[in-house]
Amino acid sequence: MKVTVTIDRRPEIADPEGTTVKKALHELGFTDTVSVRMDRVIHLEIDSDDPVEVKARVEEMCKQLLANPVLEDFEVHVDA
Amino acid sequence: MRAGVIVFPGVNCEHDVVHAIEALGGEAELVWHRDTDLSGLDGVVLPGGFAHGDALRTGAIARFSPAMSEVERLAGEGSPVLGICNGWQMLCEAGLLPGAHIANRDLSFICRFVDTEVATTDTILTRSAEVGQRLRIPLNSYEGNWVDPTGTGRVALRYVDDPNGSQDRAAAISNEAGNVAGIMPHPERAIDDLLGSTDGNVLLESFLGSLVPA
Repeated sequence: MKVTVTIDRRPEIADPEGTTVKKALHELGFTDTVSVRMDRVIHLEIDSDDPVEVKARVEEMCKQLLANPVLEDFEVHVDA
Repeated sequence: MRAGVIVFPGVNCEHDVVHAIEALGGEAELVWHRDTDLSGLDGVVLPGGFAHGDALRTGAIARFSPAMSEVERLAGEGSPVLGICNGWQMLCEAGLLPGAHIANRDLSFICRFVDTEVATTDTILTRSAEVGQRLRIPLNSYEGNWVDPTGTGRVALRYVDDPNGSQDRAAAISNEAGNVAGIMPHPERAIDDLLGSTDGNVLLESFLGSLVPA
């Protein structure tokens, strides 16, 4: 099954890359850009047909490796 | 007394660390990251570099190396564990030090000497120094911007300026016990006048002085 994981840096943690991209957008005239956050999307393919099991497995992957609990929150979406 | 310097794929400062320790009269040996028995060692250094090419996050994959369970054991027993640059990032990922590292505030890879000031001598990195002592050491990192939402990290060295946005201007921190420390600049590159500074020696002497027979 295909799985999409989004990993978002917590709002209270600085995002220097997002800040730089926002400045560049302002210089290009997109001055209505209030904020930019450079979050991460990971696509996985898991050898299983059980969406409930797959979701639990991938959440465990996030806790152990894919996300850093100090900085980030994650969301696991099992694709239909 | 013998220190181990753990070699992860992609680190590049391991020989400099061994050389610096030996130049101070200490003993050090390289240890492969897949080794699972560090029983003959009295302390370890996790050297700088780019373990696993910084894939995913700096230090995120190295923390699962087999040798890291021995590093955790040594840390738990109170032995000195020092992470330099990428090594500090690994110790944070492993949960042996609080916080995490993000990109430098200005998104620049910083490669220059920085001035730091000793904030406490109650760590294995600073015990031979004096509070307020200024140390000039080379910084060489992109993700040196330490954040610690828990506020539990003990700052051992502070940048005099603020080169990278690191919380509380931390250039080095320790755990509460003081036996696990991480530093972003490279003390092993400031050990000889030929290198432009000898200020790293007092930090490495502190580490060596903290080694006690296992």
